[in-house]
Amino acid sequence: MHFDALAVAALIYVGLLFVVAWAADRAALRGRTRWSERPIVYTLSLSVYCSAWTFYGAVGYASRSGLEFATIYLGPTVVLVGSWWGLRRLVRVAKIHRVTSVADLISARFGKSNTLAALITLISLIAATPYLALQLESISLSFAAFGQGDVLPGPLELWVAGGLAVFAILFGTRNLAADERHHGVVMAIAVEAMVKLVAFVALGVWVIWGLADGPADVIARIAARANDPDAAGWSLRADRWTALIAVSAAAVVTLPRMFQVLVVEPADETPLSSAAWAFPAYLMAMTLFVLPIAVIGREMLPADAPPDLYVLHLPLSQGAEGLALLVFLGGLSSATSMVIISAIALATMISNHWLAPLYLAWRRSEAGDIGPASLRRPLLVSRRIAILAVIGAGAVYQAADGSQALATMGTVAFVGVAQLLPAMLGGLWWRGATRTGAYGGIIAGSLIWMGLVFVPSLGLVPERDWGSVDPLAAAVLISLGVNTGLFIILSLVTLPDPQERLQGLSFVHAIAPDTAAVTAPPRTDGAIRSEALLTLARRIWGGDEALRFFHAEAERQGKSGFLPDVSAGFLSRLERRLAGSVGAATAHAMLAQFAGQRPTSMAELMAVAGEAQRAQERARQLKDDSDELARTARSLQEANDRLTALSVQKDAFLGQISHELRTPMTSVRAFSELLKLPDLGAEDRARFAGIIHDEASRLTRLLDGLLDLSVLESGRARLSVGVVNLHDLIARAIDASSALGGAGLMIDRDLPTEHVMVLTDADRLLQVLINLIGNARKYCDARRPVLTIQVRRLATMTQIDIMDNGSGIPADKQDLVFEKFSRLNDPARAGGAGLGLAISREVMAALGGTITYLPGHGGAAFRLELPLRPPGLGSKGGAA
Amino acid sequence: MSLPPDQPIFLERAAYRRRRLMDAARLLPLVTLAALLLPVWLMPAEMSGAGGMIWLFGLWLVVIATSALLHWRLGRGPRAGDPPDAF
Repeated sequence: MHFDALAVAALIYVGLLFVVAWAADRAALRGRTRWSERPIVYTLSLSVYCSAWTFYGAVGYASRSGLEFATIYLGPTVVLVGSWWGLRRLVRVAKIHRVTSVADLISARFGKSNTLAALITLISLIAATPYLALQLESISLSFAAFGQGDVLPGPLELWVAGGLAVFAILFGTRNLAADERHHGVVMAIAVEAMVKLVAFVALGVWVIWGLADGPADVIARIAARANDPDAAGWSLRADRWTALIAVSAAAVVTLPRMFQVLVVEPADETPLSSAAWAFPAYLMAMTLFVLPIAVIGREMLPADAPPDLYVLHLPLSQGAEGLALLVFLGGLSSATSMVIISAIALATMISNHWLAPLYLAWRRSEAGDIGPASLRRPLLVSRRIAILAVIGAGAVYQAADGSQALATMGTVAFVGVAQLLPAMLGGLWWRGATRTGAYGGIIAGSLIWMGLVFVPSLGLVPERDWGSVDPLAAAVLISLGVNTGLFIILSLVTLPDPQERLQGLSFVHAIAPDTAAVTAPPRTDGAIRSEALLTLARRIWGGDEALRFFHAEAERQGKSGFLPDVSAGFLSRLERRLAGSVGAATAHAMLAQFAGQRPTSMAELMAVAGEAQRAQERARQLKDDSDELARTARSLQEANDRLTALSVQKDAFLGQISHELRTPMTSVRAFSELLKLPDLGAEDRARFAGIIHDEASRLTRLLDGLLDLSVLESGRARLSVGVVNLHDLIARAIDASSALGGAGLMIDRDLPTEHVMVLTDADRLLQVLINLIGNARKYCDARRPVLTIQVRRLATMTQIDIMDNGSGIPADKQDLVFEKFSRLNDPARAGGAGLGLAISREVMAALGGTITYLPGHGGAAFRLELPLRPPGLGSKGGAA
Repeated sequence: MSLPPDQPIFLERAAYRRRRLMDAARLLPLVTLAALLLPVWLMPAEMSGAGGMIWLFGLWLVVIATSALLHWRLGRGPRAGDPPDAF
C-alpha cells in the first residue's frame, strides 16, 4: 500500500471521528446524553488505557519477556473488579466536590492547597511526557512501516503532533463546563476503542487460523518458544510480576487520562457496575492474541524486524493489505485517543493549578480586584496553550530520545504516577491524613522515582544494580514504601488545619461539606455581596449560566429575582460549582476574598460542621416560621381594621341616612300639619308647600342615588354609548356643579388638549365629572381654591386628571374614599350621602375604565382612565 | 460494641442478600490477586510458558464471569421471587 493512500485513509478516519465528536457534543448541548452516558460507552472510553503502548508495544514486550506483558492489564482488572472497595466512593466523592483532575482531588482533600495541586501537576506532566512521546513515536513508526511518501511537506512527526493538538483543542476546550465533562470526546474515544479492538482481534484470528493451524498449534509453538534457550527473559520473576501488577493497578486511577475517563467524565458511579466486568473483558480480548502474534511474528518475520511493529509487518509481509490498513487504523486510534485525553486532562490541571492562579494573582496586583474582564477567555486560552505545551513536550522528548523500546517508556510513566496513590487512598480512607504528610510522601516518592527510574530511562546514568532483586521492582518497592511511610508518619505527627479537617470529613464519609469560605458570619450588605458573586460567576461561566444558577439559588431560598441571600449553603454550592470550572483551590481562593480573607478558626469550623450549626439552623427555621406567622397575622390585622372601619362608617351612615331621611320627613310632616291650619295666609301656605316640595325632592335624590348605586353594582346598568367631545363634557360638568356652591373656585384648564373625542356614555361620564368637580367645590379648603383639569390621550386610553389644591385626603383614608357610605368630613357640612365616589367608581367600571386617587399631588387628585372603546361594544357602537 | 439505636438489628431478607453480594464483590479482587500472585511466587518456571498462558487466561475468564454475575445481581436489586432462606 502506498504511503499517500495511507495518509489519506488516516485523514478520512480522523475526519470521521470529528463528526462523531461533534454530533455527540451537539446532542449533549440539547440535553440528549442517552448515548454518551451508556455504560457501554463508559467502558469503551476506559479503553483509552490501551494506548499505542498496548497496540504495538505489548507484542514487543511479550516477544522479549513472555507473559510478563500481561501484568499491565491485570492490575486494572483487579481494580475494576474490586470497584466496591473504593472506586465507587472515589467517583462519588469526586462528583460531590466536582473534581476536575487528579491534582484537584488530592489538593481538595488536603485543604484546597493550590501548591500541592501545582506539584502534582508537575509530577503528572513529567511522567506523561515520555508516555506521550511513545504515542507520537508509534504513529511515526507505523507510517514508516508502509514506506516513505511525499504527500506531506515537512517532517511527519510535526504533522502528527499538530493534528492531535488541533483535535484536542477543538473538542477539549470548546466550552468551560461546570463539570469538565466532554461528551464529544468520550464518544469519539468509544468509537476508537471499537476500532482498535476489532483490528487487534481480527489480526489475532488471522494469525491463529490463517498463519498457524489453530489454537493447539499456537500453544505448542508458544511452549516451544518458552523452552528456547535464548528466551531467558520469558521466565517470570515474582518480584517484577508483583511490582508491575501493583503499579498498573495504581496507574489506572492516578494516570491523568484514566482519572479523566474513569472519574471525571461519568455522571455518577452507576456505570462502574458494568465496567467492573466489561473493562476486564476488553483488556483480556486485547491481550489474548498478544503472545501468539509475538511468537508467530518471530518465526515468520526476518530477525531485524522490530517486535514492536510485528502487528503491522505480519500482514504486510503476507500481502494482506486490507488487514494491515485496519491494524494501522487501530494503532492510530490507540495513540490518538491517549494523546487527546491526556492532553485535555493535563491541560485542565496546568490551566487550573498553574496558569489560572498566576493570572488571578497578576490581575489582583494590577487592579486590586479579580479584574474587570471576563475570566472565561483567559481560562480557555490558557487551556489551549497548555494542550500545545503538553503535546509539544511529548514531541520534543520524542525528537530528543527516540531510541527506547515502547514498553520502557510506559513503565516509567506508571511508576511516576503511582506516587500519587498513597496520598489519594489515604485521603479517601483516613481522616488523620494531613497535607504535610501528603507533601512528604509525594515529594520523597517522586524524587526516588526520578533518581531510580526516570533519569536512568533517559540513559543519563546507569540503572542501579540491586543484586538478585529486579531493579524496577526494587525502585517500585523503595519509592512507594518511603512514600507511604513518610505520608503516614508525617500525618501522625502534624496537625491539620481546620479547612483540611473539614475536607477530610467530607472525603472519608462521602458527604457534601459546607465549605469554609462560608464560615465568616453573614454580613449586612447581603445584596451587594450577592451581586459581586454574580459578577464573579458570570466572568467564569458566562451570563446565562450564572443567572440560571443564581435564580435557582434564589428560588431555593424562596426569593424571586437573581440575588439570593449570601447564606452558608449558597456559598458552599457556589464554591463547588466554581471548583468544577477552575479547580477547588482557585475557587476557594476566589470566594475567600468575598468572605473577607480571614483564616478559618476552629471554633467557626465546629459551628459549621457540628451540632452548634444544626441548632442554629433549627433556631433560624423557627424564627423564619414565626416571622411568617407574624406577617400573616399582620395582614389579617389590616383586613380586620379595614372591616372595622367600614363597619363603623356603615353604622354612622345608617345613622346618617335615617337622619337624612328623617329630617325631610319631619319637615314634610310638620309643614303639612301646618298647612292643615285653617287660619294660614296664602303667602305662608305657598312657602310651606315650597318647603315640602324641596324636602321631598331631597328625599328623591337620596333614594335615586341609592338605587343608582345598586343598579350599577349589580352590573345591570344600561349604557347609551356615543361619540362626545371631552371639552364640551367638562364645560357642562363645571356649569352643572356650579349650583353646588363654592363659587370662588378657580378652574385651570388646558383647552386645546381637551378637544378629545371619546366613545363612551356621555351622561354617565358627566355624572362622574360633576361629582368630582362638585367635591372640589365643596371640600377644597385652600384659601384660594384652584381646580386643575388635564386631559391626555394615550395609545390605549384617555386620562382625565382632576386635582385641587386643598389638603387632600389623609393617607389612612385614601383606600376608603371609594367605599360606599364613606365620608371624610363632618356630615353636616357635606350635605351629601357619601355615595358620590362610590357611584363614580361603579360608573367608571361600567364604562370599562378606572378611577384612582393619586397621592402626592398636593391636594385631592383623581385620575379617570377611559378605554378607547367601552366593553361589550362592537364596531357599530357609534349609534347612541 | 453497641448497635446504633435507630437501625434494626436484623435486615429483611432482600437487603441481607444484597449485603452478602457486596461482601462477595469485595472478596473477589482479593481472591483474584491471590490467584495471580501466588503461583508466580511459588513456581515461576511452570508459569512462564504455555501452561502459564492457559492458567492466566482461564483465571481471567472466570474472574470476568464472576464479576459480571455479581454486578448483574447487585444491579438488579432485591426481587420478590427468590427462594426463601433456610432459616
